[in-house]
Formats: sequence, C-alpha cells, structure tokens
Amino acid sequence: MNGGTVMKRVRFALALALFGLWGMAGLSAPAWAEGGTPAVASLRVPGATDDRDLPWASDGEANVPYVFHDPAHEGRMTGFEYDLMQTISARMGRHGRFVQNGWDGLIPGLSRDLYALVIDGIEMTPEHKAAVLFSRPYYVTVDRIVLRNDEKGLDTLDALKGHVVGTIKSTAAERLLLDHDPANVRSYDEETNLFSDLKNGRLDAILIDEPIALYYRSDDLKLVGPPIGRVAYGIAFPKNNPGLRDAVDSVLGDLMSDGTLHQILARWNLWTPQMADYTGDQTLSTVQPTAWVDYRQTMERMSGSSVQAMVHRYVSFLPLIGSGALMTLGVSALAMVLAVAMGLVLALARAYGVAPLRWLAGLYVEIVRGTPLLIQVLFIFYGLPAFGLRLSPFAAGVLSLGLNYAAYEAENYRAGLLSVPRGQMEAAIALNMTHMQALRLVIVPQAFRTVVPVMTNDFIALLKDSSLVSVITLTELSQTYIRLSSTYYDYIGTGLMVGLAYLLVGLPFVRLARMAEKRMGRVVAKGHH
Amino acid sequence: MLKATGIAKSFAGNEILRGISLEVERGELISIIGPSGCGKSTFLRCLNFLEHPDAGEVRVEDVTVASTGSWRRADEVQAHRLRSHVGMVFQSFNLFPHRTVLENVMLAPMQVKRMSETQAKHVACELLEKVGLAAVKNRYPDRLSGGQQQRAAIARALAMKPSVMLYDEPTSALDPELSEEVLSVMRALDAEGMTQLVVTHDMRFARAASDRVLFMEAGQIVESGDPDVMFANPREAGTRRFLRTLL
Repeated sequence: MNGGTVMKRVRFALALALFGLWGMAGLSAPAWAEGGTPAVASLRVPGATDDRDLPWASDGEANVPYVFHDPAHEGRMTGFEYDLMQTISARMGRHGRFVQNGWDGLIPGLSRDLYALVIDGIEMTPEHKAAVLFSRPYYVTVDRIVLRNDEKGLDTLDALKGHVVGTIKSTAAERLLLDHDPANVRSYDEETNLFSDLKNGRLDAILIDEPIALYYRSDDLKLVGPPIGRVAYGIAFPKNNPGLRDAVDSVLGDLMSDGTLHQILARWNLWTPQMADYTGDQTLSTVQPTAWVDYRQTMERMSGSSVQAMVHRYVSFLPLIGSGALMTLGVSALAMVLAVAMGLVLALARAYGVAPLRWLAGLYVEIVRGTPLLIQVLFIFYGLPAFGLRLSPFAAGVLSLGLNYAAYEAENYRAGLLSVPRGQMEAAIALNMTHMQALRLVIVPQAFRTVVPVMTNDFIALLKDSSLVSVITLTELSQTYIRLSSTYYDYIGTGLMVGLAYLLVGLPFVRLARMAEKRMGRVVAKGHH
Repeated sequence: MLKATGIAKSFAGNEILRGISLEVERGELISIIGPSGCGKSTFLRCLNFLEHPDAGEVRVEDVTVASTGSWRRADEVQAHRLRSHVGMVFQSFNLFPHRTVLENVMLAPMQVKRMSETQAKHVACELLEKVGLAAVKNRYPDRLSGGQQQRAAIARALAMKPSVMLYDEPTSALDPELSEEVLSVMRALDAEGMTQLVVTHDMRFARAASDRVLFMEAGQIVESGDPDVMFANPREAGTRRFLRTLL
C-alpha cells in the first residue's frame, strides 16, 4: 500500500519471514512497559516512554492519503490514518506518537518493541495474518480503473484484457490482474511513477485501491466502471499482544457506531458505500471534505510550474534537505572513523599477525566483502536483538557501515603496508625499535601516504552507501529525496537539490584528502632495491 | 668485544653459513670480502639477529645471544639488548622517507632510549655536523644525493651510541666519488677508535683502511689476515682466484 523500491518489496517479504521465524523460535520475550492509568493498567504498550504514550508506526513517505507529510507544513504529519490513530489514542487516554519507519521495517519494528502497533494500509491477507495480529478492518475499499480522459470503453476487467495495465506491487489489485491477464500487468513501487506512465501512454489503464486513485488522479485522468473486488485494511500488532489489540479493537468499534470514523473519513472524502455497508451506518454525511480540499489546493499551489510556486516549494525543502544532509554526514563520518580504526587493526593482523589472527582477519574481510551491505544493516538492526544487543537506529547504521567499510579499508591498508620496502622494517629493528614501534613510527605513516587516494574514494562511496540506513528508519538525504520527489511529482528539481547536498557534504572530505595527499605526497617513496 | 661462535644458517635446505666463528677486538676495522652468494651479508645480518641463525652464539660487550634454532620471545628480548650495542648501515640506506634527515637521526634515541627532544636534537646535530650534513639536516632524504643519504644513515646509527658498527655493502649503490664521502667518514670513525665490520666489494678500501680482511667462500671464512699480506700473497687457492678476477 505504499511506495518504495523493488528492493523494498523484497525486503518487506524477507522481513516478514524473519519476523515469523522469530515468533516460532520463541525468541520474543521483550520487557514490556506497563501501562499506568487504572483503565489501561493491564495493557502492554511496547516502545512507550511513559504510561500515557502510545507510539505507533507508519511509513509516512509519499503515502497520500494514509499518513504523509503535510505539504502545507513540512514536518507536520497528516492523513486519514493519522487522524484515526490520534483519535483512537485520545479515546484510550493516551497521546498517540507517530514513529516513522520504512515500509519493510514496519513489521520487524514491532518485534523490536520500537512501537506498539503499525497502521499503513496493510491488507488483511492470509500471509500478513500469519505474521501479525490484526484489528478489525478500519477501512474497506475497492479497486478502481483509472484511464486517460480520451480513452473509452475499458471499464471492466474483461474489457481490459489485452491492454497494458499498471498497478502497485503486492496488492489485491495486482493479484486480480495476474489472475486475469498476467502478460499485460506492469507492477510499480511508486504511485507517482505509475500515474505518470499512464499519462505518458506507457500504460493503457491503472487498477488501484480507490483512495490512491482518488488522490493521485490529476485532471487529465478519470475513474471509470464499477468498483472491483474488496480490500480491507487492518491495524497490525505483534502476535504476543492480544491485550492491546482487543483494547484498540473496542475503541474502533465505538468510533464506528458513534459516527466518529464516518466524520474522519468524510473529511478526507473517503466515506464510501462500501464503508456504509461495512459499518451499517447509512446516514448521509454532513461533514465537508475539508482535508481533501485543502490537500488538492495545496498541491495545486506547490506543484505548480510557475516560478513563484517553484521558489516557494524549493525554499520549503531546504530545512528537510538540511537535516537529511546532517544525518548523512553524521552517519558517514562516524562510520568512516570506525572503518579506518578497525581497518588498520585488521590490516596489521593480516600483514604482521600470528597465524590464527591472520586467518581470522582474512575470514572477516572475505565474509564482509562477500555479503551485501543491505543484509548486514538489516541483520545488525533486526537480527542482533535476538542475542540481546539492541542498538538505536543511528548506532546500528554507524556500526553496520563502519564494519562493512573496515573490510575494504583493511585490504587497502594491507596493500599500503606491503608497498613499504622491507628495508624500512629492518632499519627500524636495527635501530633497536620494537616491532610495534617500527609499525607505528615507520611503516604505517608511509603506508598511509599510498592509501589516502583510495580512502578518499571509499569515503565518497560510503557517503552514498549511507542511503541504505534509510531501511532502519533513519531519514537521510536519499530518503528525503524519495519523500519530496514523490510527494510533488518533481524528480528533477528535488534531485538537483539533493545531488548538490551530497556534493557539498562530500567536498570537504575530498579537499581534506587532497591536502593530506599533498603534504605526504611530497615525500616520494623510494624502492631502492 | 664481539665474538661469534659457530654461526650456521640455511635457507630452504641451502646451507648459507657453515659454522662461522670470529672474534673482533675493540677499535678494529674488519673488511669481509668474497664472491656474491658466499654468505657474507647473511653473516653480518646474523650478528645483530636481523637473521636468526640456526645455530651459534653471538656476544657483544656483556650480552650473549645463543641460537638453538627455534626463536623464542626470550631470545628476542636478549637480541634487543644486544642490538643496543650494534649499529647497522645498509646498502640501500633505508632512511625513513617521511622524516627529515634530522628527524631520522633523532627518532630512535627519543623513542627507544627515551631521550628528551632537546638532548636528541643536540646529539643529532653534532653527528650530522661530523658527517658533513649540517647544512641539509632539515631536508627530506629524497632531496639528498646517495652519498649524503648514506652518511645520514651512519649518523642515524651512531646516535644510538653503538660499540660496533656493521656495514652491509655501504658503497655498492654509489658512484665512486660519492663512495669516497662515505668511506672517509668510516676512516674518521676508525681513527676515533670505533669498531667496524664492513662487507664490501671495494678492494681498494679493504686493503688501505682495514686492520684485518676476511675472505669468505661458500659459507666459511677461508682466509683472514693483514690486508697487505693477503692481497699481495694470498695463501688459499679460493682467495687467489677471487682476487685475480677482480684485477
């Protein structure tokens, strides 16, 4: 139900599987926080900072109209799920607290007690039910066909046969299409890409959940034909917390019977005949779709192509890009410090260590270089808690990047160490230095000179690889780009801004490396032999 | 003051040194000559344990290191003590390229002997003055000629106040006129009473400056004695053959 990349989808499935294994192995025995107020005294609310806190997670990146960054006030969250969760929390005597997590990290985050529940348009499919506990559906909807205005006829699944139809990956709509006419299905990760491909003619039609169709449809597109299928969204809880599920479920029941849910959905223009049937609430809404109107107007203003709209838009991006750049820089710089220190130890162990040390260091390098960084990041963040090591997302990001790059640095340094002529060590020993003194005072400083250029490259690469830590909830530059570009359909302007930010973050290090190279490079290594 | 007994060394089954013994008097300048591959450099490197001999014993001043074939931590500690009396100069100079000449000379006294920076600098400047490098002491080694580099290397070794200096073909990488700069430093040290062992191909120097010449062949000392006597009238066939090929 969300954007993301192909990788993210695969990872979500992987994460679900991991989470399932976890439960089976009986490993999840977290220390639950105790609810404090009498009414909810028996509730366990994982991730709560106090007895009034109710932390809930969603992927708020380009996730209109579920939970998303309000384009009118970046930094503020909104969306119909957002409104619903704040209302549910208030009814429970708690403060709802939104926790951002990437789509594929949402369910694993439940196991880590990062938050108490997840709400993100998660379909209540049998596969999902195997991994989590669901509340009763809080929204039922249908799939709709979207066409260009000039297109005619294609208003049923049968009529679509033989035409290229796009949808979002791993959705009910995708399954419907695959059953019907698998050859002509095009599955997308990002709603924005899906809709622009319909507009530019790569697709003949789109089949998609009605809320998405409604919010992503521009004036040159139309919704046609009768509703197709049925999709139910549920709130997800960890399997071992039926108590909290039941409490939320009962509040959800109240919201349906007293009309509150109706009002929330009507504000977002999402109250539908299906919801009326589902809740048995056939009253006509008196609530104006203010949230819907606000969103449309803001988007018209912000995503316009007038100079004023663009300036307004780009200026409003600056704080977000700034904080993304800071995160990228912080994670990368600390990871590089770790990589340099550990890489040096590994290289010394490999070049000069005793046999078992040499062997262990070699094994480390081979394993770390031979496995994807992405797997390492996920393993450290979601896997290590099984061994009692719970790291904050930031610490896990620094650690995984640092440990990964340490392997590359180690090889770089080893080559540097081996490039120092043998006579240098002999001269140092003959001067009665110890082995360690010789390394520290003579060999390593000379090796350093030859490794600086490669280190500079590595740091630039690390800077870019730091985008991978977005999978463990860190909002760095790439994540900021994905959010902004897909919110405003603006890949070029946002891309240029984020690209520039990467360059600005990287440049000081390139300059620093150049200076170091220059300073040390004046001393030319002489082989002599 | 230096005594080596029964030094033996093999590399991969090849016997390079076949039980060499040598006793050196204080103040002697000894040249070791012989054909390439005769083991003279290896022998020199065994004297300060840059190579670990398979068998034999080396005593310098009051420190004795005996080699039993397997090298242990205790042996390394003992070798470390022995090296404090031994300076070494290499064919390829092996100056530290990332440090200036002055820093090259100051490094070991400060790091190994914990000498203060002021004192180390004082010692280093004096030695560099002595080998004629006072003017270039702040340059990096790559700005020096080969002769200057080798003299800096000698000053660096002397800064550790050794009682014996080992030279492994100190002029082989140098042009004749640059060699002379180095050899004159060695002659001056000899005049001051320094004990020196020189592996060399420079027969003129060996004959003119040495107190004693050793001729080595196939891992053994074949002949040793007064240079004038040996060069004029070699006793052994090997020595004769070797000297003849050089003329």
